[in-house]
Amino acid sequence: MYIIVVGGGRVGYYLTKALLSEGHEVTVVEKHARFCKIINNELGDICVHGDGCEAFTLDEIGTGRADMFIAVTGDDEDNLVACQMAKHKFNVSRTIARIRNPQNEAIFKKLGIDITVSSTNVILEHIEEDVLVQPLTHLLTIRDKGLEIVEVKIPPDSTTIGKPIKELSLPKESRLALIIPKERKPRLPTSDTIIRGGDRIIAITTPESEDELRTALRGG
Amino acid sequence: MKVVIMGCSRVGGRLAGLLDAEGHSVTIVDIDAYSFRWLPPDFKGTALAGNGLDQEMLKRAGIEEADAFVVATQGDNRNIMAAQVAKHIFHVPKVVCRIRDPLREELYSTLGLETLSPTKILAQMLKEKLES
Repeated sequence: MYIIVVGGGRVGYYLTKALLSEGHEVTVVEKHARFCKIINNELGDICVHGDGCEAFTLDEIGTGRADMFIAVTGDDEDNLVACQMAKHKFNVSRTIARIRNPQNEAIFKKLGIDITVSSTNVILEHIEEDVLVQPLTHLLTIRDKGLEIVEVKIPPDSTTIGKPIKELSLPKESRLALIIPKERKPRLPTSDTIIRGGDRIIAITTPESEDELRTALRGG
Repeated sequence: MKVVIMGCSRVGGRLAGLLDAEGHSVTIVDIDAYSFRWLPPDFKGTALAGNGLDQEMLKRAGIEEADAFVVATQGDNRNIMAAQVAKHIFHVPKVVCRIRDPLREELYSTLGLETLSPTKILAQMLKEKLES
């Protein structure tokens, strides 16, 4: 695949390195000559010194034939404009933008950016995962389908312990996908599976029924 | 008319003064409070220091009730993003955006933003002066 990366800072550098090692053709656009030089010295002559929001520069590097366009500069607004340029002027089908302000996720979606990656949210999710008291952890959001995959931990004092799944009033929009008991192997839940303390349950749900699902699994 | 202006540059500050003198309700936002020196001394509107790309800040500036939003900061991309937020998220009836780069200005004007490129306009006017 031909991939264009805008922003040759640390994120851009390591991303490019990974993409190259997977065998992709990559061009990096970087504003600062110093960063360009580092990339060209270490990863081969693939970095162009210029502005990734400038139609002129994008034309020069063959954005029209790019399969994917990734903007990872440190400024949300620059990433937005670079991706919109690629999308609307050069018809690149997949555009990915890095965002700093988690609020911008919804805005970028609305303005036509295909995928957004928020480092702030990623770090938050990892913190959620590691903190045991968190009753429900978001593992993955399938945004265009309005679904999410979540993990619910069953605390030792939960009122649902010892009950089979069929006795729980699960919301209609949720499905249990996997039960990971504390000491045994993960298994697929059936209606007769008994909830035990320390279980981790992976479920698919809509964001709206998230609270209902948590209450059904852990008790009131 | 209630107008929110983002970016108290020479242009933004002057525009705020002109609208204010005509009796419009003007709120101007800039990330740097020092830039409010470009406002005329008799400015009666509101000047807010803060980041205009932040939705909370825009709400505080009254964007939800605004009839018009003008964005004239130093950065084209900042202007473009703010203008799109005002238009597509807050549905401000009239949004005008300054974009220096003529190529970028053309693209966003075809995408439906009301844009002005001072570069293009000034070059054209200078040329006309030379020819007259």
